[in-house]
Amino acid sequence: MNPIYASRRRRDIVVRALCFAAAAFGVTWLALILFTLFYNGLAGMSWQIFTQNTPPPGASEGGLSNAIVGSLIMTVIGVGVGAPVGMFAGTYLAEYGRHDRLSPVIRFINDILLSAPSIIIGLFIYGAVVVPMGGFSALAGSLALAVIVIPVVVRTTEDMLMLVPNPLREAASALGLPRSLVIRRIAYRAARAGLITGVLLATARVAGETAPLLFTALSNQFFSVDLTHTIANLPVTINNFVQSPYAYWKQLAWSGALLITLAVLALNIGARLIGSERTAK
Amino acid sequence: MTDVSAAISTRATAPASLIDLDAPAKIAVRNLNFYYGQHHALKNINLSIAANRVTAFIGPSGCGKSTLLRIFNRMYDLYPGQRVEGQVLLDNANILDSRLDLNLLRARVGMVFQKPTPFPMTIYENIAFGIRLYEKLPKSEMDGRVERALRNSALWNEVKDKLNASGLSLSGGQQQRLCIARTVAVRPEVILFDEPCSALDPISTAKVEELIDELKDHYTIAIVTHNMQQAARVSDSTAFMYLGEMVEFGPTNKLFTSPADRRTQDYITGRFG
Repeated sequence: MNPIYASRRRRDIVVRALCFAAAAFGVTWLALILFTLFYNGLAGMSWQIFTQNTPPPGASEGGLSNAIVGSLIMTVIGVGVGAPVGMFAGTYLAEYGRHDRLSPVIRFINDILLSAPSIIIGLFIYGAVVVPMGGFSALAGSLALAVIVIPVVVRTTEDMLMLVPNPLREAASALGLPRSLVIRRIAYRAARAGLITGVLLATARVAGETAPLLFTALSNQFFSVDLTHTIANLPVTINNFVQSPYAYWKQLAWSGALLITLAVLALNIGARLIGSERTAK
Repeated sequence: MTDVSAAISTRATAPASLIDLDAPAKIAVRNLNFYYGQHHALKNINLSIAANRVTAFIGPSGCGKSTLLRIFNRMYDLYPGQRVEGQVLLDNANILDSRLDLNLLRARVGMVFQKPTPFPMTIYENIAFGIRLYEKLPKSEMDGRVERALRNSALWNEVKDKLNASGLSLSGGQQQRLCIARTVAVRPEVILFDEPCSALDPISTAKVEELIDELKDHYTIAIVTHNMQQAARVSDSTAFMYLGEMVEFGPTNKLFTSPADRRTQDYITGRFG
């Protein structure tokens, strides 16, 4: 065999083996984590989880219904506030402000916000909302989640709108469409799947956030839908229960973790399905 | 040169002497200069585009022919850093006037692009969408308008059974005819074609060319093309542009058979470009 080709082949085999090993290494830990989670989480699954509130210390029955409802409320408000703001900002960057000198600055700051540790966002809302309002509240928790949602949605919205080919915008303008309609009726439509995917992924991102809620919504042990007071939620409940000495609390923490994981998994699958609809067309 | 001559001699229109190039000017360009930033892209252009005629713009890449076309509907306004001087008169009104409503201008001067650009909606909606911008029609009347636009674009027979299919599901040639139908449907006065066939196969190209020939009964047409045979086949008058200048402008058969300018002759005989 040609010696140059032979050595290239040897190198190819080595590199391929290394790539495979690296992939296997990563996937193994993920598989172990998921296995442990399912093993421990499923053990405690029952209807009780969804029907009963978090139990007092030492009790041997109870569920997570107040935490589930609290998480849902805050996630919905957080995404409801953050997603529109993010979409407007992303639209500005990709459409109106494309040639604006301010846009690169906004984009840069948004990227910083995107990678800011969520605990810092929690502290920011603590200073900006919790202290002035005089106490922890579901509202503060929702706002903290919204602040996390915004940069994610800004980014995906801008990226997705940038993928819409310019000739399509020109064609729409050439028909006599004003700019706002070109964006609303043509660009949004062409990027629809990507825009929805972005919001779903942002939802998945905040569904499991713990740190920003510790300083804002805190948590509690009873059922509440009052936005001006503390509210139970899954991540903080898990955080508290896992550190406790009580076996049943630990069990509930596992089940809660499994619930969040399944919800995030469902959101990701949904995002994938919607995303693939675009390419299938 | 023989190809082009053949194209001229086989065209179905009247012989040269009978083509009325003195038809009233729909668009008159006066001392037009255009700049992309510092780059002087169009230099002192003067010409007039006759009503209900096909005017072709030819020239090597970068000569400014597309730039000129995109001035007729102020497409350049979508992007910053561009500057225009001079006058472009559409029915004797200067369209470069900064007070002009661009959307109304673009409703009068339609444009078909190089690549087919169907909107991400159904075939029916692709056409109805533009009509609804300026007219409120009952469903039955809208159906009629959509059908007529598709018939005029020689697309009706191919899509009549799937009007609710996505416009993106059509072939490239069909998509381009859909774009022409969409442009025709809003009843513009002028239609600009910016290399409409460069992404199409020969059969689709022939269909689009036939279409252009039919459309000129009702519309004034300006077409930019890289293909000299195409210019010879479809146009009544041709402008040859080179390095931002209008080198020669005249009846198509004259420009292709006995060009006045040396550069025109070099270009159409394939010596450069």
